[in-house]
Amino acid sequence: MTSPSRLPFYIAVFLLISAGISLAVWRHIELGIPWLTGEQRPVWMVEARVDFDGANDSVVASLNIPEQPPGFHILTEQAASPGYGFSIIDKSGSRRAEWTKREVTGPQTLYFKAQFIPDPGAVSTPPSQRPKTQRLFWEEPQATAVREILAQAEARSSTPESMTRELIRLMQPDTRVQNTTLLVAEENYLQLLVDMLNHSGIPARTADGLKLEDARRRQQLIPFLQIYNGERWLTLNPKTAAQGVPEDILLWRQGSESLLDVVGGGNSEISFSMLRQTVPALQLAAMQSDGNGLGFLSFYELPIEEQSMFRMLLLLPLGALVVAFMRIVIGIRTSGTFMPVLIAVAFVQTTLVPGLIAFLSVVSIGLAMRGYLSSLNLLLVSRISALIILVIFITAGLSIFGYQMGFNTGMTVTFFPMVIIAWTIERMSILWEEEGGQEVLVQGSGSLFVAICAYLLMSAPLAGHLTFNFPELHFAILGLILLMGQYTGYKLTELKRFTPMKAYD
Amino acid sequence: MDWISPRTLKRLGMLNMNQRNVDYIARYNERSSYPLVDNKLKTKLVVAEYGVKTPKLLQVVKQQHEISHFREMAEELNGFAIKPAKGSGGKGITVITGRDEDNFVKASGARVGAPVLERHLTNILAGLYSLAGTPDVAIVEDLVESSPTLARYSHQGVPDIRIVVFQGYPVMAMLRLATTASDGKANLHQGAVGVGLDIGTGKSLNAVQFNRPITLHPDTGLALENIDIDDWAEMLEMASRCYEATGLGYMGVDLVVDANQGPLLLELNARPGLAIQMANGRGLLPRLRAIESLKRPHFTPEERAKYAMETFASF
Repeated sequence: MTSPSRLPFYIAVFLLISAGISLAVWRHIELGIPWLTGEQRPVWMVEARVDFDGANDSVVASLNIPEQPPGFHILTEQAASPGYGFSIIDKSGSRRAEWTKREVTGPQTLYFKAQFIPDPGAVSTPPSQRPKTQRLFWEEPQATAVREILAQAEARSSTPESMTRELIRLMQPDTRVQNTTLLVAEENYLQLLVDMLNHSGIPARTADGLKLEDARRRQQLIPFLQIYNGERWLTLNPKTAAQGVPEDILLWRQGSESLLDVVGGGNSEISFSMLRQTVPALQLAAMQSDGNGLGFLSFYELPIEEQSMFRMLLLLPLGALVVAFMRIVIGIRTSGTFMPVLIAVAFVQTTLVPGLIAFLSVVSIGLAMRGYLSSLNLLLVSRISALIILVIFITAGLSIFGYQMGFNTGMTVTFFPMVIIAWTIERMSILWEEEGGQEVLVQGSGSLFVAICAYLLMSAPLAGHLTFNFPELHFAILGLILLMGQYTGYKLTELKRFTPMKAYD
Repeated sequence: MDWISPRTLKRLGMLNMNQRNVDYIARYNERSSYPLVDNKLKTKLVVAEYGVKTPKLLQVVKQQHEISHFREMAEELNGFAIKPAKGSGGKGITVITGRDEDNFVKASGARVGAPVLERHLTNILAGLYSLAGTPDVAIVEDLVESSPTLARYSHQGVPDIRIVVFQGYPVMAMLRLATTASDGKANLHQGAVGVGLDIGTGKSLNAVQFNRPITLHPDTGLALENIDIDDWAEMLEMASRCYEATGLGYMGVDLVVDANQGPLLLELNARPGLAIQMANGRGLLPRLRAIESLKRPHFTPEERAKYAMETFASF
């Protein structure tokens, strides 16, 4: 019997469940938090090695390091260089790693390591203002050649991109005309391109890329051309004019600054080696979410101690869901509504079998002692209090006994909530007196069954992972519990209970 | 394992636990009225104003020190019942039927001394039998002497009649007979026999024990098929009147027939059980829906009882 007034309720529940799930999906996509535990993500570890010879002098070695290479995120950065002072210097438009030392002699080696996560969506931040271009002074006859080539390229193009493409095409060996041959030599090709583009009013610069291949050493940098199209820097292959950075290319240096400066040393050299690594996706997400503001729903920002507490707390709704389902839909009778959840929480800490043994022995010894207490004619409160103390005695006794016998599992008994156990014993005992041993058995095993089900769900690694990393899923759990609160159908046990009604059908 | 399909149950109109809680108890029973029925003392006082008789109240024990007065008062009594005011399901009720020198004779025949009863009172005050374990008061009532026509069916204990009253209309009734299995208590859950009663006539329909149909009382061996309750119309009216007294739309009214005083109200229940359907061999839902779809409800208990007797009669 559903009256129309319940429609808003169902809409609210639907919103709650879909909000929980969509928030989780959004965080999965946006933050990369994995659905499953143990998921791995590839990460590139790139190591730059700087070699130079010291000349009995103080040294400043400065290496250009990636700022925000398109297609990648920087995960970690680290320098290894014993005896050197190290710092990373952020200047506008460039980041440099700087090593310093007072007295340097002989061959020196400095390392800089960084981890990069491939992310096709990552782009460099566009410059806040339009980069300046500089007209160069060319001597004749180069000046005429440059003017003519630029005029030719400009005539066939409409945008900075097409202009650049045309220019590159005109400069290729197979299309070269007299004008170009005059200008181009193999070693100055890229710089010439940059100069010509700047001359024509298109901001241009060079960039250095690294081809990422697993376990390569002494990799060389590949030069790229970058032009500014009015909005952002575009990367082009200076030979083929292909636009964009290939997926396996990491732009180590962007901008016109030098790659490596060593002041106070000679014979400086740089080489790169790289390694493809995998890291747990979860760790990756946690490291990435640190600063980007999307991590506000994450418990990783809390101190470790609070984190582990929340790990436990966030499992409780699952236990509550199991209890609600078992009682409302299945119809299992338990002693005390949420006693099974608390027992299940204790099981999570003790693991199942030792926990079961400990629980059953404490409760049965307690029941025997409660038999004596009931003959003392005590007031309820003092009887429960006495029972709590007895339970602590039993727990201590079992722990010591177990320890002496060489079972560490004896200690696990301390995880059980003493007051809850005392109340359980009290209730069981009254149930025994009033309804007989059979009812105690039914409710006791019902409670244990529900506790074990809740334990199995709560101890599943996936459950712990999802509840802790996607706390918003609890909205969905809440929605399900609310829905169950409206369930008016028959419980499974009622189908058994009402069986004699068959006779009247 | 033997199962019944949900479809069959639906066809029979069987009310289930979840639906009872959501669609009837939660919808028709005001939370604020619960204390009236959960506390037997309050029930007694409130129904008295509406002309519903209850067993005579002998003493109310509210404090531990008042227990000493109990012994003085009990000295002169032969039979009485000690009840926790907030007890449920017959828990904590001790019935004393007579004296054996200094000892009291319980309904089961066991003899107990005054200290045992005093301890029982202590337990009641501490809240051992109350619904949420809250402190309670104990009430001592006059012993109900069951009318002999009904008493012979029951093993020990007083047979009582449970009537489910929905919005003031008595919709279903059953007679509850104590057995050895139920330890003299008229509680179906503990093994008492439930005999469905026809609303129209007060005649027995079917009988069940532990949810299984029976034809003879397991202890007395008497046939359960020809029981006929006297003063049936009056009892239905009494039950109906409790609706005005408490305002509870869906409740169980427990009545006993006293040999001298006629029908008396024992207690009210805001969460009546579902076993009454088994005893009747009929589901509650069709009757509840019939009442819900009434366009013009009847205003007096007499009219409602009369309407129910005409509408829900089985013969």
